[in-house]
Amino acid sequence: MSIEVSTLHTLPPYGMACEEKQAFLTEELKALSLHHVQRCPAYARMLEAAGCAPGDIRSYEELPPLPVRLFKEFSLKSVPEEELHRTMTSSGTTGQQVSRIFLDRETSTLQSKVLAAIMADYLGKQRLPMIILDTSAVIKNRAMFSARGAGILGFSMFARDKLYALDENMQLDVDGLTAFLEKHQGEDIFLFGFTFMIWQHFIDQLRKTGYQPDLSRGILVHGGGWKKLADQHITTEQFKDALRETCGLTRVHNYYGMVEQTGTVYMECECGRLHTPVWSEVTIRRPEDFSVANVGETGLIQVSSLLPRSYPGHVLLTEDEGRITGVDDCPCGRKGKTFEILGRIKQAEVRGCSDTYEQK
Amino acid sequence: MNRNDAYTTLCGGDWQNAKPLVPFADEVLAFLSDLSSLLMKTPAARSYPDVITFAFFCRKAHLEQLKADYEGALSTRIGRGLSFHIAPSNVPINFAYSLVAALLAGNACVVKASSQDFPQTRMVCSAIRQLLEGTHQALENHVNVVIYPREKQEITEMFSAACDSRIIWGGDETVRRVRMAALSPHANEVTFPDRYSLLAIKAEAVLQMDEKQLAAVAQGFYNDTYLTDQNACTAPRLVYWVGSGDALAKAQECFWNAVHSYAKPRYPLEAVVAVDKRIAAYRAALQLPGSRIVPMEDNLIVRIRLDELTPEIEQNRCAGGFFLEYASETLEDLAPVVERKYQTLSYFGFPKEALVGFVLENRLTGIDRIAPVGATMDFALTWDGIDLIRTLSRSIFAI
Repeated sequence: MSIEVSTLHTLPPYGMACEEKQAFLTEELKALSLHHVQRCPAYARMLEAAGCAPGDIRSYEELPPLPVRLFKEFSLKSVPEEELHRTMTSSGTTGQQVSRIFLDRETSTLQSKVLAAIMADYLGKQRLPMIILDTSAVIKNRAMFSARGAGILGFSMFARDKLYALDENMQLDVDGLTAFLEKHQGEDIFLFGFTFMIWQHFIDQLRKTGYQPDLSRGILVHGGGWKKLADQHITTEQFKDALRETCGLTRVHNYYGMVEQTGTVYMECECGRLHTPVWSEVTIRRPEDFSVANVGETGLIQVSSLLPRSYPGHVLLTEDEGRITGVDDCPCGRKGKTFEILGRIKQAEVRGCSDTYEQK
Repeated sequence: MNRNDAYTTLCGGDWQNAKPLVPFADEVLAFLSDLSSLLMKTPAARSYPDVITFAFFCRKAHLEQLKADYEGALSTRIGRGLSFHIAPSNVPINFAYSLVAALLAGNACVVKASSQDFPQTRMVCSAIRQLLEGTHQALENHVNVVIYPREKQEITEMFSAACDSRIIWGGDETVRRVRMAALSPHANEVTFPDRYSLLAIKAEAVLQMDEKQLAAVAQGFYNDTYLTDQNACTAPRLVYWVGSGDALAKAQECFWNAVHSYAKPRYPLEAVVAVDKRIAAYRAALQLPGSRIVPMEDNLIVRIRLDELTPEIEQNRCAGGFFLEYASETLEDLAPVVERKYQTLSYFGFPKEALVGFVLENRLTGIDRIAPVGATMDFALTWDGIDLIRTLSRSIFAI
């Protein structure tokens, strides 16, 4: 029997061993798939075309994952128009199609509560003073409410006093930072930002100005992907070293997450592994046949989550490559699978007489 | 190689100073057959089947045959003058065929080859250069291959204003962009925009084949599709089966197994293509009523079984081995969906006359080429329903 949605968030985030979790996920994702089949005709049609009857599955791995790009092309939702609470979009560059994710109150609340439970595991239950390593301009403009704004707002729930480290012109607010750190002397401080913004604007300006704020009591959570840093050949170590040198920040946690499955973020622990919390799972699939890869084998990352109830995004195939690094064996003590991200899959260079202008 | 500010000349001379020739002019035939021999003798060409196929096309006997096909009907014709060609950016050898067609029609040519650095382009142009500098200097001004970035619209404008005929290969967007460059009032234009192609296959004929014959058909189908990532306009995207019942099921199994065996060791399936095809499969699920994804052992071949043919099938395409499949007792269900976009009908198990008859009797607006499986890419002087020799020459009419 599946668990009550209202109590879902009370599960310990990393308390369930992998084997038990697989049975739990199968039960829950089966029920969730049936929920979407009844409410989203498009999802029902896709499962029918794929020859999958969710009621008959023996493992959640038999559910066909929907490629995340489908959410850019189609409006997939499992709630009537009048129950929509908010529509989230992925942050694409101008001209790119963006994902549109439809949230009702139930899913939206669930996302917040689960995110809070995961964060409490890293930050403690107390709300901390928070420094956002970004500009307030991102959320002032409601029209551009994108993944970046949503991320900042979502993580801001864990704060009791907030400061944006960058002003509207992306300049470091030295006075603001100094005053904030004085006010909260002796306290742990939660810092949040997007990896590339931190590198490009925060670290860079600390280096240029020589200003050395003492962030040795800071806990940084950052995400948004390594792609831009990888393009500049910046490694995780260089990123962490730079933070230690410029502001004494040593507790640094990367996270992997996406707007299509907000809430169930995958946090990097003290040992440098990304962890799957109880509400979601990572499955590695082989590109050649989409079969499930072995531990340690590289493949496409599938993410499954119990949270999406207002849209059928509970089992998704990403275009990221990764591999499972362990099962119930992380020295940090958190149970479940751990994994690492190896980057985005290579875009194809197709042959043939397709369009010469459209390619760019 | 001449480098002028605006564009790079891979071979050729003063294109502004070239007089038209008669169709199948002796000097052109001699030049092309020498080009054929030279390429055949180039050791590096052996690793490029497309270059070899091109060289084979240009051999003397074949050119004579092409000439003979016109049965002397060209005696009052002469080339229109200067032809300007925009070759597609990603089929390496296409520029050379376009050049040959216009030369045979009697024109001087400026061909904009793809600015991608293809070894095939270099090889063919270097051979041409060698001939133009030697025994075929008389044609130097007639045979020009240039490259420049597609963004340089001003160069396209210059050649467009100067030419008597313009030939555009590529997608719809390329045609639109190039057309913004005005032609001289008297000039004509031939466009080869985005097209849609399919295979008609008879279940019975598949079942009559032994393993070896079937493997040959699979190889032909592979060359029609996977060899160009199924991205050439001639590549079948719909497989229309004629047959029913157990025989049909058996034939489908035999055919796809043979294609799989041939493609598996040859076609590297990129992860992103596997994902693209899965997306296309779900798109088909949403846009094509009743469609089903046929279970396959891996992602190499993606098959979508259809219960009915609708106009939307044409938009449900994907590169890299994605096939819609439909079956019926006859070909008749095809007629209502065919429109101008339909180009090549490749076939297996039908007499070609029956298929030509099918197009004519149903008065279809599409399907210009009918080719046996494996021959969809074979170049012919009539392409997309256009006789290039006649279109690129003028007829002197005396009363």
